[in-house]
Amino acid sequence: MVSGPSLGERPSLRSRDYVAGGATQTAVKILVVGHFAVGKTTLIGSISEIEPLSTEETMTRAAQDVDDLKGVRGKTTTTVAMDFGRLTISDRVVLYLFGTPGQVRFVQMWEDMARGALGALVLVDPERLADSFAVIDLIEQYGLDYAIAVNNFDGNPVRAEASLREALDLLEDTPVVTCDARDEKSSAAALTTLVSYLLARVG
Amino acid sequence: MNGPDDFELDATELVRPYVITKGRRLPDDDQLSLITLVTAAPEQVQRPLRLSPEEQRLLDLCSAGYLSVAEIAGHTRLPLGVVRIMLAGLTEAGYLITRPPVARARLADKELLEEVLSGLRAKFG
Ligand SMILES: Nc1nc2c(ncn2[C@@H]2O[C@H](COP(=O)(O)OP(=O)(O)OP(=O)(O)O)[C@@H](O)[C@H]2O)c(=O)[nH]1
Ligand SMILES: [Mg+2]
Repeated sequence: MVSGPSLGERPSLRSRDYVAGGATQTAVKILVVGHFAVGKTTLIGSISEIEPLSTEETMTRAAQDVDDLKGVRGKTTTTVAMDFGRLTISDRVVLYLFGTPGQVRFVQMWEDMARGALGALVLVDPERLADSFAVIDLIEQYGLDYAIAVNNFDGNPVRAEASLREALDLLEDTPVVTCDARDEKSSAAALTTLVSYLLARVG
Repeated sequence: MNGPDDFELDATELVRPYVITKGRRLPDDDQLSLITLVTAAPEQVQRPLRLSPEEQRLLDLCSAGYLSVAEIAGHTRLPLGVVRIMLAGLTEAGYLITRPPVARARLADKELLEEVLSGLRAKFG
């Protein structure tokens, strides 16, 4: 995964890679979070107007949740990728979607991502609910409002919403939607649910 | 993506970012957030400065329109921290213009959320 700076290459961008009407745009972002392999990158890719990009932060040990790196002896830095996509909402607002890696907590990266986010869409695999606890904790810790998008994958038995709510210890008004991350409309509907909820929260 | 190999990073990769940022430190977090939009300034306001090839390359990338800081890092495949430092230097020297993201106070703004919601609905039905 470490690609290293490719300093010789000049990326050649097409005009649609740039933010349309950039001079009047302000940017907002929504986080797409969830445990390992739950479909974050897939969801971002299904609704982004640009080819999803990723970026790496080089982490020093001091900046990490050391727990996650125990046993990785002799390493003081690591890199971590976040991926993201973009959606032009109007001639005034451009929305970025940021996905974070699954189970490892990188404090600096989470701070960068959470700061100024509208809210978060938490992808959940009902077969692996316990894996979602840590990420939900983190989102709550950063004070972000969130909605749950349940990715049932193929052929898995559908878990009743009530039992899922209980297992995840959700507040009554936290929205829960099902979502096929590969499907543009389904992913967009999950986002719409989140934003409606955010709107309801401001009254 | 968290296999042991992901933790490999050899010395040249660590030294290189330091060299290309000329030893500058990270700018304030809010100054160049992930979604701060950046573009090249009109030429007449640019203060002549000897640009490194990497800085020139960033400037070229920014000259055809607006990109977010995250997109600039993504396209150049440079680490985010390195990109932020270089962009801060170029901004300070008048080469770049930045548009900060929506102010924190406006994030819970009803109008803003309504605009996002109606935009999503218009796009995806
Ligand atoms: N059936 C089904 N498969 C999916 C869905 N979403 C993602 N997948 C598949 O699940 C795998 C993991 O998806 P990713 O989008 O890479 O998951 P991720 O959360 O980005 O994974 P990490 O970044 O590694 O944590 C891929 O093979 C996807 O094709 C879905 O909604 N339904
Ligand atoms: Mg991913």
